[in-house]
Amino acid sequence: MALEQIAGKTANEIDERFGSANFVKRSARKVFPDHWSFLLGEIALYSFIILLLTGTFLTLWFKPSQMEVIYDGSYVPLRGLPMSEAYASTLHISFDVRGGLIIRQIHHWAALIFVGAMVVHMCRVFFTGAFRKPRETNWLIGSILIMLSFIEGLAGYSLPDDLLSGTGLRITEGVLLSLPVVGTYLSFFLFGGEFPGEDIIPRLYIAHVLLIPGIFLALITVHVMLVWYQKHTQYPFPGRTEKNAVGYPFFPVYTAKAGGFFFITFGVTTLLSAFASINPVWLFGPYNPGEISAGSQPDWYMGFLEGSLRLFPNWETSLWGYTVSWNVLGPALIIPGLLFTPMILYPFIERWVTGDNAEHHVLDRPRNVPTRTGLGVMALVTWLMLLAAGANDLIAVAFHMSINTITWGFRVLIFIVPPLAYVVTKRICLGLQRRDRDLVLHGRETGRIVRLPNGEMIEVHEPIPDARKWELTQHLVRQPAEIGPLTDANGVPRRRILAAKVRAKVSKFYFEDRVEPPTPADVHELESSGQH
Amino acid sequence: MSDQQHSGPSGARTEADAGTGTASGTGDRIQAEGVTGSGDVQASGTSHDALVGDEGSGAPGAGAEGGRLVERAGHDGELTRTWNNPGLPSHVYRRSDVDQKAAQRREREVATFFGVSTLGTLLFIVAYFAIRPGGEDILEEVSLSTKLLGLGLGLALFCIGAGAIHWAKTLMPDDEIVQDRKPMRSSEEDRAAAVEAMKEGAAGAGLGRRKLIRNSLLGAMAPLGLLAIIPLRDLGPLPAASLTGTWWKAGRRVVTDPTGRPIKAAEIPIGTVIHVQPEGVENASHPINERAKSATLVIRLEPDEIQVQKQLDWSVDGIVAYSKICTHVGCPVGLYEQQTHHLLCPCHQSTYDVTRDCAVIFGPAARPLPQLPLDVDEEGYLVAREDFQEPVGPSYWERG
Amino acid sequence: MTRPRPGGPAVLLGALSRRRRHRLAPTLLLLLALAAMGGAYTAFAPTPQAEASNGLPSGSVDAGRELFLKNCSSCHGLNAEGGSDGPSLVGVGAASVDFQVSTGRMPAAQLGAQVEEKRSQFTAQQIADLAAYVASLGPGPAIPDESELDLSDADPARGGEIYRTNCSMCHNYAGSGGALTEGKYAPSLRGVNPRHIYEAMLTGPQSMPVFGDHTMTPEDKRDIIAFLKTTEDEPSPGGATLGKLGPVTEGGVGWLVGIGGLIGCAVWLGAKAR
Repeated sequence: MALEQIAGKTANEIDERFGSANFVKRSARKVFPDHWSFLLGEIALYSFIILLLTGTFLTLWFKPSQMEVIYDGSYVPLRGLPMSEAYASTLHISFDVRGGLIIRQIHHWAALIFVGAMVVHMCRVFFTGAFRKPRETNWLIGSILIMLSFIEGLAGYSLPDDLLSGTGLRITEGVLLSLPVVGTYLSFFLFGGEFPGEDIIPRLYIAHVLLIPGIFLALITVHVMLVWYQKHTQYPFPGRTEKNAVGYPFFPVYTAKAGGFFFITFGVTTLLSAFASINPVWLFGPYNPGEISAGSQPDWYMGFLEGSLRLFPNWETSLWGYTVSWNVLGPALIIPGLLFTPMILYPFIERWVTGDNAEHHVLDRPRNVPTRTGLGVMALVTWLMLLAAGANDLIAVAFHMSINTITWGFRVLIFIVPPLAYVVTKRICLGLQRRDRDLVLHGRETGRIVRLPNGEMIEVHEPIPDARKWELTQHLVRQPAEIGPLTDANGVPRRRILAAKVRAKVSKFYFEDRVEPPTPADVHELESSGQH
Repeated sequence: MSDQQHSGPSGARTEADAGTGTASGTGDRIQAEGVTGSGDVQASGTSHDALVGDEGSGAPGAGAEGGRLVERAGHDGELTRTWNNPGLPSHVYRRSDVDQKAAQRREREVATFFGVSTLGTLLFIVAYFAIRPGGEDILEEVSLSTKLLGLGLGLALFCIGAGAIHWAKTLMPDDEIVQDRKPMRSSEEDRAAAVEAMKEGAAGAGLGRRKLIRNSLLGAMAPLGLLAIIPLRDLGPLPAASLTGTWWKAGRRVVTDPTGRPIKAAEIPIGTVIHVQPEGVENASHPINERAKSATLVIRLEPDEIQVQKQLDWSVDGIVAYSKICTHVGCPVGLYEQQTHHLLCPCHQSTYDVTRDCAVIFGPAARPLPQLPLDVDEEGYLVAREDFQEPVGPSYWERG
Repeated sequence: MTRPRPGGPAVLLGALSRRRRHRLAPTLLLLLALAAMGGAYTAFAPTPQAEASNGLPSGSVDAGRELFLKNCSSCHGLNAEGGSDGPSLVGVGAASVDFQVSTGRMPAAQLGAQVEEKRSQFTAQQIADLAAYVASLGPGPAIPDESELDLSDADPARGGEIYRTNCSMCHNYAGSGGALTEGKYAPSLRGVNPRHIYEAMLTGPQSMPVFGDHTMTPEDKRDIIAFLKTTEDEPSPGGATLGKLGPVTEGGVGWLVGIGGLIGCAVWLGAKAR
């Protein structure tokens, strides 16, 4: 057939230059484990590509300049007003460039979905333990990617220089000023002098279209190549082991599905952008440092910082003529430090606690690692509460409540709800494990009630298949580590006892509460004794 | 979740190991029954290759082939049991695999998706050229254009994806394939060869022996990093007195923002708040920077509502002026509640009591708003007596 | 025709039940129920009161005094000198009365964090009478006349600038309203009668400051109203506005529709075909 001939000739030309047959031979039928939860990272990846494409379109018309112009464009309620070229060019894109507004909206919705997908993907990776060896590096890269995306988004939505994002930049300046010793220098260097100056928009522009996307491209490439090279993890379904990869071949199935999913992602984002307005900068007005709107919030992924700024108490200390603004440093450095440091280091923390140095390619069921799951939920709940606190004024209006009550409520609840969430989550996990254990030992409740000759009423339980028994018991249950002997064989005291003691304590916290999965011997015993 | 009884034809798979490769001394491999293994192998000192049937150790496992139970040796050599990995469930065929007509229907479904996609593309092209927003109804036209372009593009993209996925799901082979996963760790030969290669190279470089080269190299490379940082010095001027002074000067008139009208003290009603700037600020070399610092609020109270002496001294007939820049992180404060005499910053809800010299009564701001001393000139217009007596806006390290 | 359900014993279905058990049945039922609820609500929800017209009848001071004594004196005092529950109305002017009573804020139903807008219980004539009576008690702001509310020469762009400096910190950039302290709030300005907007600026009701005519001239006020009316009526070029509340609602929709929708597609992608 003609197609085969063409394909053959092309392949020949390429192979003679690049020796590609080796790669094709290995890769065309490479197996990719398949599960919907493995597509979350792809949503992020595809959103990034969408951002690149739509962003490039926008750069063809956007002017990253704060030079003042008098608007005489299409939007009447702003005609005759002074504004920066950045703002005016954004209005031009929105109203006068055909397709400009839909592309602008796709760009902004894609940004929200980009960060959201990373969060969901990170949660999946965390709760299934995919960060364990050999994938710690990918976890680190992912952590950097998500934190960088906050900055990239901030830079992006600040480019139009509208009232809402300009307010955000003012807050950024205030936060920079609070940093001890270097604060004023950093602020003057970033803004090229006093706020707002004329340098910030062009500088944010180059960070947003060149520097950070460059870093993203490099890191994402490494991130994806590592998955390719190390092979994707897989769930503990029948047939999957640590020593195999089960799934569909790259060509044609994975190509069609993953490639198709790119179009799905782009399509959903576009359809959303067609009907839902986002970032209507013409309603905000151009940035003016004397103006402010009620209900000013940043894009959702910065919400946790906004909430921290609203909740943190107004502490400030003055020492020897120098001021330390704890009320701003707390939200700027301390809270993000507390949230993100354990997140970044988690694979290493868990490895230290468990002493586990083995490779892992089979994922955990979250219920089987209750402490990790509980800790993850606790962190998420804390972060979400801070996010919600950032909208305290909208909550006050929507529910006819006092904003002061809401603020105090959050201040108190942020210490109560997350530990509670940890406890509840852990108990749920243990409960689910017990239910799994029951299923294995006693079988499935059929709902049929039978009356025995002696008058007793019992519900008939049907034993579950062996394959299912394996699924529910294949996991490893760790026990708390012991400190070990305090002296070695010759009676010499062991060194670094303190570290071992700490580790034993943390290990106890992790593994003290556990449910041992039943064994075939247990089931046999139960059956033979006549119980159900 | 498979409800198939496993019976072996899928082949015996290696049992569900929790880890591949050798654990170098600290892995926890706890068996389910009767084992009190500890996590700290330093204590027990046992080697960890006690897994019978582990490929790495090479010993064939008892019961590793077929059978429902597998026996494994744990830490202390006690026998424990668990269920065997049932292997891949037997293949469930799709309708399109067995029924030719069903397969053709699936083909038509995929083709329909692709067809709708083409229609979407057409819609985009037609809408792009048919709607050219402009003139009086521009907002209506942009709205229609956005919706149609978005719908067209969205359908075009979505349906290609849906078609491809539907094709893969229903017509492409859905047999699950198993491939080997080799441990990430390289073979011993490779590792040894790598070490040899590096050793040879290092010996050639002779860094270990040639300390002079090593030290001078470090001396050259380390400060090189500075060269990347030093040229950034001119990013901005050093922070200076600009942090402490504003455009307000003695005798400068107070004018409304943004309309620029001077204000007669007698014409200010009680309960008002006026947003003001100093007269002539638009003639500064950087007007917007100056306005960012000099934005001020003028409020009229009853003189006996003022509770602080200094506040009274700096007022005119109960008319007071305070900086509009919040001392928290710099948002304009703006919200004046006439009845409670509270100023609220909408950003993070710092609340100031105007009757008590704008002391902070709620929220994250740590310092009260600076007051601008007021006076009236001969014609009765409100003027500043002098500049703010402290820096306006957020705190900073050198503030004192 | 019947196929064993995974994980359970085979269930034999009767002819009718078979048709009932279509995969999409629960989803369709849910949609039907939601539509029914929505329709019922629309049919039975009360329609908002139509706004009063611009042309106002002239009021009688005597009729106004009678109405005042019956409806207002219990809180504001027999001579409007003020009481424990209501401030003095001497000098508040006809504009205040027109605003407070036309919008139904007065007579106040409950004294909560602030008095809420509700259906006015008086006719236009009665309101004019009350206004005339209160105006007679002492000089105060008058109800704006037609010329002050004539928007034909107004400049909405200039009005927008003034609005964003003086008003948006409470009422939000698009007039959606916002929170004040202790449960008070600045209401939405959308759909508000221009006369009421003018009167509110002039008289400073409740927490709102007074914007006197010297510092915010009638032209300024007119431009602000023109800005509000222009932007309120204008179509949203980007699609559904999500309440004009900014990134919070956008984030909510992005998660629900964007992430939610895409996860739905992912689940579809991963599910086995029949």
